[in-house]
Amino acid sequence: MSLLNQARFLLRITGTHDIVRRYFVVNGFDGALTMLGLIIGFHVSAHADLSIIINVCLGAAIALGMSGVSSAYVSEVAERKRALRKLEEAMISDLNKSTHGKAARLAPLLIALVNGLAPLIISLLILTPLWLSNTGVTLPVSPLYVAIMIALLLIFLLGVFLGRIADISWLRSGIQTLLVALVTAALIYLFTVQ
Amino acid sequence: MVYVKRIVLDVLKPHQPNALEFSQAIAEVGVDYRVRLTVLEVDENTETLRVEVEGGAIDFEAIQSAISGMGGSLHSIDEVEVQSETDVD
Repeated sequence: MSLLNQARFLLRITGTHDIVRRYFVVNGFDGALTMLGLIIGFHVSAHADLSIIINVCLGAAIALGMSGVSSAYVSEVAERKRALRKLEEAMISDLNKSTHGKAARLAPLLIALVNGLAPLIISLLILTPLWLSNTGVTLPVSPLYVAIMIALLLIFLLGVFLGRIADISWLRSGIQTLLVALVTAALIYLFTVQ
Repeated sequence: MVYVKRIVLDVLKPHQPNALEFSQAIAEVGVDYRVRLTVLEVDENTETLRVEVEGGAIDFEAIQSAISGMGGSLHSIDEVEVQSETDVD
């Protein structure tokens, strides 16, 4: 069994397949909106140095990643232990050495990784134009605008992903999440001191 | 030498892995194993199964280990068919 199939199998027997998907979307959305908020915040502020913007955003991205990993790991370990104990009571046997015991130990790690990597990777993608510009690559428009566009695109894609899961119109679902991002942007413009 | 040709087991297992994966894992224990699995009862967290294994020389210990590896629990051996054969060296 390949590593990916093994991971799928472990998630399925622990019933955590949908939890991983939910965490990916929820925390990915968190990462994208946080970056969008920070970048718009810098955009409406007095011109800050690009390296400062990158460092602030990167700091937030790493913090989001660490928060995602640690919070999911701690809560999932407790949940999986509880589920294993319940199953052991039903089976009247020790399942520690079985696939279920292995899955109860590995599933929290997988879930924590997805929960932490989703906001981190999405944030890093949004920061790409800022890095490129900082290393001397000339972009046709301001790197902050490109970063905002990437953030909106990724938020739209998360909506499309949700639409496909729910088996509803991907376009409608994508536009719904995009609207959330646009309302967030509007609120930031409204409440920040320009 | 006496070889086990057929064995019928009463097994309790969690809902996952499902019956297909469970029987496949048992069949993988031997090269010529044929497994017939029947779900007799389904409870909230468990399933009671009748597992029939046929093969040239069934390794009971290995089957038991495969069952417990997947979280199953062997309750009883309900039927056994063995055959005495002369080893040809």
